[in-house]
Amino acid sequence: MRNVMSNKFVITLYTLPALLLILVLIYIPIAMTGYYGLMKWDGIGDMTFIGLENYIKLMQDGKFWTSAGHSFLLGLFSTLSLLIYLAISLVLASKIKGSDLLRKIYLIPMLLSSVAIAQLWLKIFDPSNGMANRILEFFGVENTPIWLADPDIALYAIFIPIVWQYAGFYILIYYAALKNVPEEVVEAARIDGASPLQIAFKIKLPLISGVFKVTIMLAIVGSLKYFDLIYVMTGGGPNGASEVMASYMYKEAFKLNNFGYASAIGFGLLVICLGMTWLTSRLTKSENDEVQY
Amino acid sequence: MKKKAFSVAMSLALAGSLVLAGCSSSSSSEKEGESSSSGGDKTVVKMMHLWPEGSSKAQFTIVDDIIKTYETEHPDVDIQTEILANEQYKEKIKVLSASNELPDVGITWAAGYMEPFVEGNMFAPLDDILESGLKDQFVPGTVEAFALDNKTYGLPLELNIAPVYYNKEIFAKYKLEVPTTYDEFLNVVKTLADNGVTPATVGNKDRWTGSMWYMYLADRIGGPESLNNAISRTGSFEDPALVKAAEELEKLVDMGAFVKGYNGLSNDEAKGHFMNEQAGMYIMGTWELPNYTTSPDVPQEFKDKIGYFKFPTYEGGKGDIDSFVGGPGVGLFVSEDSKVKDVAKDFVSYLVEEWGKRSVTEAGVIPATKVDTSGADLAQLYIDILDDLNSASNITLYADVQMSAGVADVHLNMIQALFGGEVSPKEFAKTQEEALASEE
Repeated sequence: MRNVMSNKFVITLYTLPALLLILVLIYIPIAMTGYYGLMKWDGIGDMTFIGLENYIKLMQDGKFWTSAGHSFLLGLFSTLSLLIYLAISLVLASKIKGSDLLRKIYLIPMLLSSVAIAQLWLKIFDPSNGMANRILEFFGVENTPIWLADPDIALYAIFIPIVWQYAGFYILIYYAALKNVPEEVVEAARIDGASPLQIAFKIKLPLISGVFKVTIMLAIVGSLKYFDLIYVMTGGGPNGASEVMASYMYKEAFKLNNFGYASAIGFGLLVICLGMTWLTSRLTKSENDEVQY
Repeated sequence: MKKKAFSVAMSLALAGSLVLAGCSSSSSSEKEGESSSSGGDKTVVKMMHLWPEGSSKAQFTIVDDIIKTYETEHPDVDIQTEILANEQYKEKIKVLSASNELPDVGITWAAGYMEPFVEGNMFAPLDDILESGLKDQFVPGTVEAFALDNKTYGLPLELNIAPVYYNKEIFAKYKLEVPTTYDEFLNVVKTLADNGVTPATVGNKDRWTGSMWYMYLADRIGGPESLNNAISRTGSFEDPALVKAAEELEKLVDMGAFVKGYNGLSNDEAKGHFMNEQAGMYIMGTWELPNYTTSPDVPQEFKDKIGYFKFPTYEGGKGDIDSFVGGPGVGLFVSEDSKVKDVAKDFVSYLVEEWGKRSVTEAGVIPATKVDTSGADLAQLYIDILDDLNSASNITLYADVQMSAGVADVHLNMIQALFGGEVSPKEFAKTQEEALASEE
């Protein structure tokens, strides 16, 4: 067996299918996107080579940078909400009554499709008949907000369902990590007289710090390329107030027929994501890192 | 080295098979039974349309019947259809045209949507069949929307205008009359707003909905020319009439004329307020008529309460009350690369004529061809609208359809900003003027 597995031909053969899929479905399209970004192309007619014009336009496009700002804001909120998820997981993992049931409840939003979540929250945010305003009215608020129609609120209003949507996913990860913390260590600390808070902060959290770093990365990159709820709930509106990079790219490509420029945006998005990944890994790096990413 | 060559060859082979698999799936979705049984020496015409049996049964049946009759009359022709729902259709057509695989006959939208296809030489000019008498059957202004550089590339199937629908019961409750002047209209808005009833509903998340309100104001104040000229670049968007229209719209917003949170509501959500009798008025295309007449899903009680009126005239304005915002909906195209172009053209003109005879009575769709209402058994609302259509002094094509995609996006964003009070009427006009000027 060892002989077979060290045969270079066999190694190539076994890794080939996965390699090919990744190559054909991911790396080649990335290269092609970068290439299309050099073209003036409406998606239908002929392509004309225009060099770096699209990329220069991208650098100066105020709308793109506004939407990039919104994406980064989402990244910030997602990262901060990790703390809430972590707190919930700490409680769930500490053998409280009904933690099994609660864990499942938190997980359910993750099982819903994004479009279903969007429709659900559209109903909740409906200014006249929605649940959010009904509750506010019940508490005597007179000028209830118009949520998704208000350019100052729309973006933050969408953050709520996004944070809600991913709660289950991150809680699941943290819960699993916390369950992996050796019982003996916790037990020993308890015998030495550590309080539950001390156990959480001094023992459990340091032991799962690797996982925490991975989730920060996931949250930031996921936020930067986030698209679905925003597209369904506001379409980037009103007047661009909730536009993010991915929705701006979609709009340029499929609504305005600027496939060349949209490809440049897509490529820019990729570069930004790569840059942020590198930056986060640098910032969260510590000497005894076991998790490599 | 040999191994490397082998892996490269393998990868190429696999990649090739993936690409091929991707292509073949597009043709396999046609009706399999029909295409395999016919064939032989018959002329095959491929057609794509967007009325699936499930969601648009009436339209589907009409087209299906017309195809069957045509095939009986022309035994040597076999028409194969591929049907997709609206949004999938729009995307698939773009993909097919990129790979030069458009069907012989298909559906397109007018003006701005059609332009890249025409510039890429994808659609065949249809002037030859129009000139053989077909042109007179169309309502003036409909075929023109499918013309580019004096050639017509599509035959419209639908024509819609946008009246103001209103709830008679709500109007009666507050002793309101149908307004014929703008001052009376403002009085209606004020009375309803004061009584806590939403005067009008508009789903301005979709943006074109609000654009219709603005277009009517622009039309009534400056006449149809002011907006049309601004778009065709013989005039300017900073025309005083167009700024004035924006000011009037701003006033309406301040009066609370529109449903709460309109900028976040889609057209369907906003429509709900009208259907639930929470709002008094609703401007929308005549494609809504089935909901107020024939649709079995809407209670008769509600249908009886709905009437419509023409957008009122503005004192001192140039526009008259018989001018409408509207335009043709979808139309038929023939592919330039089609190998059976003559048969396809013949079929297209046959389809347009037959469609005109049946679409109102059977599907509630107003065709772009002239309709004879005398013999037909139609709901009164349809007869009134069709009569108004016949006496219409002008139909202004939806602004966002007239404009190129890029400018239309600026226009629609500005509409949303104007409704949201984010821009002043002057900035509103200036931004659009700049966008239009930059494309000249």
